[in-house]
This record gives sequence, C-alpha cells and structure tokens, in this order.
Amino acid sequence: MLLISCPNCGSRDETEFHYGGQAHVPYPENPNELSDRQWAEFLFYRDNTKGAFAERWLHSTGCRQWFNMLRDTVTYEIQAVYPMGTPRPDAAGRVTPDTGTASTAADSTTTGNASPDISGTNASATAPSTSSFSTTAPEGATK
Amino acid sequence: MAETAAPATSYEKNLSLRISPAAQLRAAFETGSVRDVVELSEKAFLTMVGLRVNRDSDAGQRIAAVIGGLPAGCGSVSGSGDASVLWLGPEEFLVIAPTEAHESLGGGLIPSLREALGDGGGQVVDLSANRTTFELTGPRSRAVLEKGCALDLHPRALKAGTALSTEIGNIPVVLWKTGEETFRLFPRASFADFLGRWLLDAMREYASPEVP
Ligand SMILES: [Zn+2]
Repeated sequence: MLLISCPNCGSRDETEFHYGGQAHVPYPENPNELSDRQWAEFLFYRDNTKGAFAERWLHSTGCRQWFNMLRDTVTYEIQAVYPMGTPRPDAAGRVTPDTGTASTAADSTTTGNASPDISGTNASATAPSTSSFSTTAPEGATK
Repeated sequence: MAETAAPATSYEKNLSLRISPAAQLRAAFETGSVRDVVELSEKAFLTMVGLRVNRDSDAGQRIAAVIGGLPAGCGSVSGSGDASVLWLGPEEFLVIAPTEAHESLGGGLIPSLREALGDGGGQVVDLSANRTTFELTGPRSRAVLEKGCALDLHPRALKAGTALSTEIGNIPVVLWKTGEETFRLFPRASFADFLGRWLLDAMREYASPEVP
C-alpha cells in the first residue's frame, strides 16, 4: 500500500486515489490536422519508463482534485508531488520546461504554488530543496 | 396519462411517510447498541446542500455571509447556529442542517444560499437525499471505526470538530467528529445498508464482557 501525500489533504492510503496515467501529454493543438497514426499515438501510446515517471493522480475519495506525482516505477518511491499544469521537477529539484499540458496555468483549485511538495513521502534525501509549497493538511488528516 | 389527485399529505411534508436509507436497520441498531459503550443510530433526513464556489470570489463571500463562513481547508468545519459547513475540496463544501431547514418544510436555507450565489460562478444543490447520517457515540466508538478506517483517529491527531472525506469499511464516507466520543458518518444512500451492517458487526464484540 502506498501512502500518497495529497497536496490538499495530506497523506492518505493509495485506495483513496485513482491513477490518471502519464502526465504532461499535450493535447494536440490542431487535432484535425493529425493523421490517424498521430492521433492514435496521442490517444494510446505512452512511455513505459523504468525509473522516475511523471504521472497524474486523482484524490477521488477525498478532495476530488487532480495532481501530478513523480514516482519511481521500480522502487515506488514518491519523489515529488506537484500541482497540475506545472513543469516536471527532476531529482535535483530543478524544473525542466513543460512539454505541454492542456493548461499551463496552475490549477486554481489546487492550493499552494508551483513548487513541488514531498511531505509525507520518504524521499526527503532527494527532495527539491526550494519547497515552499506546504500542505494544508489539518490535524488528523495525516497518519 | 391519467392525472392523479394530489395526495392529502405529501412525502415531502409528512416525514412519517418517508423511508430513510437505513430504516430497515432501525431495530438492529437498537439491539446492537451497547448502552454507555458504543451506540449507533440513524439521524434521517438532515438537510444537506452541496456548495461549489470559490471562497475568494464575490459569490463565495456572499455565501459565507449567509452560512457563517466557508471552511478554509481539509478537515475544517464552519457555520453558525444549526447549520455547519464541511470542507470537501478547495471549492466544494457540504452544508449540514436540521431537517426543518429544508425548503419543502418551509426552511429558508436553500433559497437564501441560492440567492447569495446569484449569477456568480458555482452551484447550490439540494443534496439532502444523497447521503444519510449515522451517529456513532460512546467510549468505544473510535475502536469500532479503527477497524475499517486508515486515518489516525486518536484524539491527539483528530480533534472534535474535524470532518474528513475518507474510506470506512472500504466505502467512501464523510466522517465528522462532533464530540470527544461522538462521530457522524455520512455514507451515500446506496451504501447505508452496507455501512450499517458493517458497523453493527464491528460493534458486536463490545456487548460481551472484556476478556482479561
Ligand atoms: Zn485530497
């Protein structure tokens, strides 16, 4: 069982979440101009990364908000939790330019700013050091 | 289609004609409750209103003025008088009010919220039939919940007056700790029978003398 740190609610069991697949897959700017093959690749083709993988998660039983997570597909170590629409942080805490999501603005319904948050995970050794994105979990929300 | 005459008393106005989601368990709740240890009951037909609004918007502030504030973050509960507002998400709240607050019984809560929202972005939706309310109370109530809830329910972590949307017995439930030994559980109506029976099963051991 993974303990996932929701940016809004703090650490919760994995069973409260739904997986949303690979993050940072941009919606095509002109879908009508794509060939069938390109459209199929946008819809169905995803990376099969061994190691750090940026993915989307939904806290479906809690606050019902989406967020991004950087997770190691081998060790399951959660390296970063960061809001939708913000670029993927690397292991050293630097952000690489976003390869594109539907919206480049930080999701207005996600609290905090763009810095990744890893509280509640065991990844503090590799944590981005500039984190000013604090979880607003109340007493009782964490375990 | 044949027109049917309006009933003398409607289901809306005459609560004795309505059947609550866990009505079939009423007797089981009574026999399953262990006096002064852990007791379970259904508080049927509370008025519930779903709010979706940005707290910082004009509409959010108008609604906050009507309802006595909107809670700021996960776990927090606001409200004034009989009505409480539970935080469900950054822009999603659940108002819990007594049965009489419902429009159909002459209550003004929902119209006043609707009016406060005006044409601002958001929603005011009557969700009174969406969930039912269980009240679990007694010194063993925490031990009962701990059998199926992964949150830290110890009083040092979970203070009275906190409400969290989580899982209990593997189903989604809003859990509101209303007192030191009292919890309100809000399962969706279709889960009420399951959760009621799950709680009864979890309570059963406390009816027997403790094995030293
Ligand atoms: Zn959450």
